[in-house]
Amino acid sequence: MPDLLIELFSEEIPARMQTRAAADLKRLVTDGLVEAGLTYASAGAFSTPRRLTLSVDGVLAHSPTTREERKGPRVDAPEKAIEGFLRGAGVSRDDLEVRDEKKGQVYFACIEKPGRPAADIIAQVLEKTIRNFPWPKSMRWGSDSLRWVRPLHSIICILNDEAGTSIVPLDIDGIAAGDRTEGHRFMGQDAFAVTSFEDYATKLKTAHVILSATDRADHIWADATNQAFAQGLEVVEDAALLAEVSGLVEWPVVLMGEIAEDFMGLPIEVLQTSMREHQKFFSVKNPKTGRIEKFITVANRETTDGGKTILAGNQKVLFARLSDAKFFWENDLRVPLTDMAAKLDNVTFHNKLGTQADRIRRIADLARELAKPVGAKPKLAVQAAQIAKADLSSEMVYEFPELQGLMGRYYAQAAELPQGVANACEQHYSPLGPSDDVPSEPTSVAVALADKIDTLTGFWSIDEKPTGSKDPFALRRAALGVIRLVLDNNVRLRLDRYVDSQLLRHNLQAGGDAMLQDMLDEIGDHGVFGAAIREVLERFDGEAPKAVRELETGLPDMSSNLLAFFHDRLKVYLKDRGITHDVIDACLAMPGNDDLTLLVKRAEALQAFMATDDGENLLQGVKRASNILTAEEKKDGVEYSYGADAKFAETDEERDLFKALAAAEAKIAPAVDAEDFATAMSAMATLRAPIDAFFDKVQVNTDNTTVRRNRLNLLSQIRTTCSSVADISKLEG
Amino acid sequence: MTDKPRSFQEIILRLQSYWAAKGCAVLQPYDMEVGAGTFHPATTLRSLGTKPWAAAYVQPSRRPTDGRYGENPNRLQHYYQYQVLIKPSPPDLQALYLGSLQAIGVDMDLHDIRFVEDDWESPTLGAWGLGWEVWCDGMEVSQFTYFQQVGGHDCHPVSGELTYGLERLAMYVLGVDHVMDMPYNDPDAIIPLKYADVFKQTEQEYSRWNFDIANTDVLLKQFEEAEVACADILEHPYEDPKTGTRIVMVHPAYDQAIKASHLFNLLDARGVISVTERQAYIGRVRALTKKCADAFVETDAGGWAAQ
Repeated sequence: MPDLLIELFSEEIPARMQTRAAADLKRLVTDGLVEAGLTYASAGAFSTPRRLTLSVDGVLAHSPTTREERKGPRVDAPEKAIEGFLRGAGVSRDDLEVRDEKKGQVYFACIEKPGRPAADIIAQVLEKTIRNFPWPKSMRWGSDSLRWVRPLHSIICILNDEAGTSIVPLDIDGIAAGDRTEGHRFMGQDAFAVTSFEDYATKLKTAHVILSATDRADHIWADATNQAFAQGLEVVEDAALLAEVSGLVEWPVVLMGEIAEDFMGLPIEVLQTSMREHQKFFSVKNPKTGRIEKFITVANRETTDGGKTILAGNQKVLFARLSDAKFFWENDLRVPLTDMAAKLDNVTFHNKLGTQADRIRRIADLARELAKPVGAKPKLAVQAAQIAKADLSSEMVYEFPELQGLMGRYYAQAAELPQGVANACEQHYSPLGPSDDVPSEPTSVAVALADKIDTLTGFWSIDEKPTGSKDPFALRRAALGVIRLVLDNNVRLRLDRYVDSQLLRHNLQAGGDAMLQDMLDEIGDHGVFGAAIREVLERFDGEAPKAVRELETGLPDMSSNLLAFFHDRLKVYLKDRGITHDVIDACLAMPGNDDLTLLVKRAEALQAFMATDDGENLLQGVKRASNILTAEEKKDGVEYSYGADAKFAETDEERDLFKALAAAEAKIAPAVDAEDFATAMSAMATLRAPIDAFFDKVQVNTDNTTVRRNRLNLLSQIRTTCSSVADISKLEG
Repeated sequence: MTDKPRSFQEIILRLQSYWAAKGCAVLQPYDMEVGAGTFHPATTLRSLGTKPWAAAYVQPSRRPTDGRYGENPNRLQHYYQYQVLIKPSPPDLQALYLGSLQAIGVDMDLHDIRFVEDDWESPTLGAWGLGWEVWCDGMEVSQFTYFQQVGGHDCHPVSGELTYGLERLAMYVLGVDHVMDMPYNDPDAIIPLKYADVFKQTEQEYSRWNFDIANTDVLLKQFEEAEVACADILEHPYEDPKTGTRIVMVHPAYDQAIKASHLFNLLDARGVISVTERQAYIGRVRALTKKCADAFVETDAGGWAAQ
C-alpha cells in the first residue's frame, strides 16, 4: 500500500496559525480520503514558517469496488413504474435480474461502482482542501483569485510504494503539484526532489529545516535553560512565547544577551513586557536578586561569526526599546498622580457617560459609601478611587496598555502613598475573568466594587445592556466581578441601595449636586429609593423638574432590571458550584435577596438539606399540605392564615403535629435570625414524621367546619414555618 | 564586505538605483504633510483599479506624537520612508526585497532576516492588507504588505507594498547608535554633515510646537474646512464645462483628505482627542478617502476607460 506525502509551501505563515493549520490539513485530507473509501494506516501533520506537511502511511491504492443491490417493482408492474426504477438506479433493462419472491417475480438491479485509483481521489480531496481551507484570515495575491494565508508557491503531492514514487497530477490555479521543495530560506541550497516522507524529512534536515514544531520548541527550551543554568540564571517560563518563537524559525539558534545596567531600575514587568511583546525575547532571571538580568533571543540561522552580529543587533534594538521605556518611566515619575488624574478631564469615557474624570468622581463617591460594609477606611477608599485610574494618562500605559493598574501601583508607591492605596490601583480591575484572583484588601475591594457598579449602572442608564452574544462593554464580566468580590470576601451589603445611589449619580446630574446630595441622604435614611424620591418630590410641591419626575418611574425599573441581571449571573456562577437553579429561585423569593452573601448562605444550606432524605420527604409533605390548602382556599375563597388552635385537635396525630410545630418553631425563628439556616432546616426536618403521620390518619375535609378550618389553618402554619428559609414551593422534585 | 555604504544618502541612492533597475518608476516625494508613504497618491490611489503599476519613492513622513526633541536615539516626529508599490504583486517579491537589502550592504550570511506576521490596517484609509514586518536581527526594518482593500474597494489585482523606515535601517547598516550621529553625506566630504546638522533643530522646534503650542482651535477649524472642501470638490460634475472634457478632480480632493488626516494627527499629539472621539475622527477621514477612492476608479488611471 502506498504512502502519501503532501507539502504546501508558501511565504511565511503567521506563527500563531501554524499548529492549527497542520491539524486542519490532516483532518480535512484524511476525512476526505476515508469518505471516498480510501482507508489509511496512520497520518502525521507538521508545520514550519513556510510549509504545512502531511504524511499519510498505508493508503489503499484503489478505493474498493462497491456493489449495491436494489429491489425494484414486480415483473408485472406497470411500465411507468419499471421505467422510473431504471432511471433511479441508472441501469438499463438488460441489467435487471428477475428473482422469485413470495409475492411473485421481482426485478433486482445490481449497481456496481468500480473503485478509483488513489491518485484521482487524493487530487480531488487536496484541491477541495486547499480551496476551502479554514484560515482565520486569508488573502489573494498578484492577479490570481486563489486564497491562502500568504502566497502559495508550490505543492508536493506524491505517492510512493515498492514500485517507486509518482506525482499525483493536480493543478490549482497554475500551481502544479510536483515532488520538489526548498530548504531553509538562507541556509538551504537549491530546490530538491523527494521520494518519500523519510527522504523528505532527512533532506530537509540537511537543508537546515527542523520539520516538527515540537522538536524545535524542545530544542529551544533545552538550549535556553542550559545556557542560563551555566551562568547560575534561570529562564522565565512562557509557554505561549515558546510556541510562538518555534513558529518563527525553521532552524532555531538560541543566543543569550545582556541587558544594560541602566535599565535595572525599571520594574521587572516593564522589562518583561517590553522584551516579550516587542522582541519576542525570553527573560532570564537571577534567582539570587530576583532581577531580570539577561535575555534569550532565538535566531533562525547559524552564521560564520557564531551569531555575534545577530546578538549585537538584538542587543542594540533592546537598548533602544528600553531607552524608550525608561524615558516613559522617568517622565511619569515626575508627574504627581493627581496631575495624571486631572488629565483625564479631557478624556471621554463614553459620549453619553462623560469623561474619565467624571467617572472617577462617581466611583470615589460610591467607594466612600461602600467603605463601611467592606471594612475599609472611607478616606483611603476615596483616595484610592481618585488615583486608581490616573495611570491611564501615563506615558508607559499609553505604550503598554496591558500594564494599566500595575504602573499605577508603582507610581503610587513612588509617591509614598499608603500601601493599601497603591495596591488598590493595581487590584481594582480584578477580578477580570471567572478564574482571576479576587482582591481581599478592603480598600481594593471598595474601589473594585465601586468601579464595576458604576460601569453597570452607567450602561443601564443609557440602555446599553448586553443582548445575546453581544456584550461590548463586558458588563457580564463586571457583574460577575461584583458577585465574586462580595462572596469571596463575605461582604454583607444590600446591593440595591448602592445600585440606586449610583443610578442616581448617573441620572441626576441635570438636577445639580445639591439635589443629588439630598436624594442620596434620603436613600441613606430610608434605605430604599421609592420612599426617598417621594420625600424629595413632596418638597417640590408638584413643580419638580422633568428629569426628577421621570426618575420616579424610570429608576426603579432600571434598578430592578439590573438586580435581576445580577441574579442571572449569580445563577450561572452558582450552577458551576453545584447549586441548582430551583434552589436559587427558592432563595431569591425571600426578602433581602440583594444581600448576595446571605442569599448564597441560604442557597448552600438548602442545597445541602435537599440532598438528604429528610429534605426530600419534608418537601413532599409540605407540597402536599400546600396543594390541599391552595385547592381549599380557592374553593372557599378565603385564606386560611389565622393560626390553628390545638384545642380543636381531635386525633393524636393532630396533637403530635401541633406539638412538633411548636417545638420546631421555637428553634427555627432564632436560627433564621442568626442566619443559621442549617439548624433551622434540621428543625424543619423533625416535622417530617408528624406530617407523614397526619396525612396517613387524618382526613382534612370533615363535616365539622370548625375542625376543618382548624386543620386548614394548621396546614397553612406548616407552609409558613417551612418557608422561613426559602420558598420551597419553588423547588422541583 | 567592501561594498558598505558610508552615509544615509548613499543608502537612499542605492535603493533608488536598485528599484529603478527592477523596473520601478522612481517618483519624488509628495508635496504635502503625510503620516506615512502609503498616503502618497502613487500608493493609495494607484493601488486601486486594474492598471499595472510600479513605483518607488522617498516620502518624508510626520508622526507628531513620536517627537522626542531630537534626544531619543530612534524616535523622530519627522523621518523618511522608502516606499515601493508593484501591481500586480510579482511572485518573487520577497526575493526582490531581500535583494534590496543586499544592495544597501546587508550581508545575508551574517544577519538574521525574518518575516513576522503583521497585518496592516489603516483605518483612516479604509485599507487593509496581510503581510509581515521584516526583522533584521530583531529590528523591524520594513513593512511588507499585500493590499487587499483600499478606500473600501477590493484590490484586483493585488499590489505588493514595501515600506522601509530609512533612518532605522540606515543606522543599522552604518552601525550608528543614535540617529543624530548618523552621517548624512559622505564623512569624507568637504563639508561632512551628520543627521543632527540637518534635523536636530527642527526636531526640537516641532516637538515643542506639536506638544504644547499648536493652536488646537485653529487645527480643529482647519480640519473641518478640509473635510468640507474634499466633499465639495467631488460634488462637481465630471464634465468640465470649460474644456468640455471629463475631468474627475480626485487628486485635489484627495489632497484635502491628506490634510484632514495630518490635522487629526496633530490634534492627537496635543492630547485633545479622547478615545471615543478618536474613532469618530478616524471615521470622518475614512469617509473622505473612501469618496476619493470611489471617484478614482472612475478615472483613466483607475482603469475606468477599460471597463
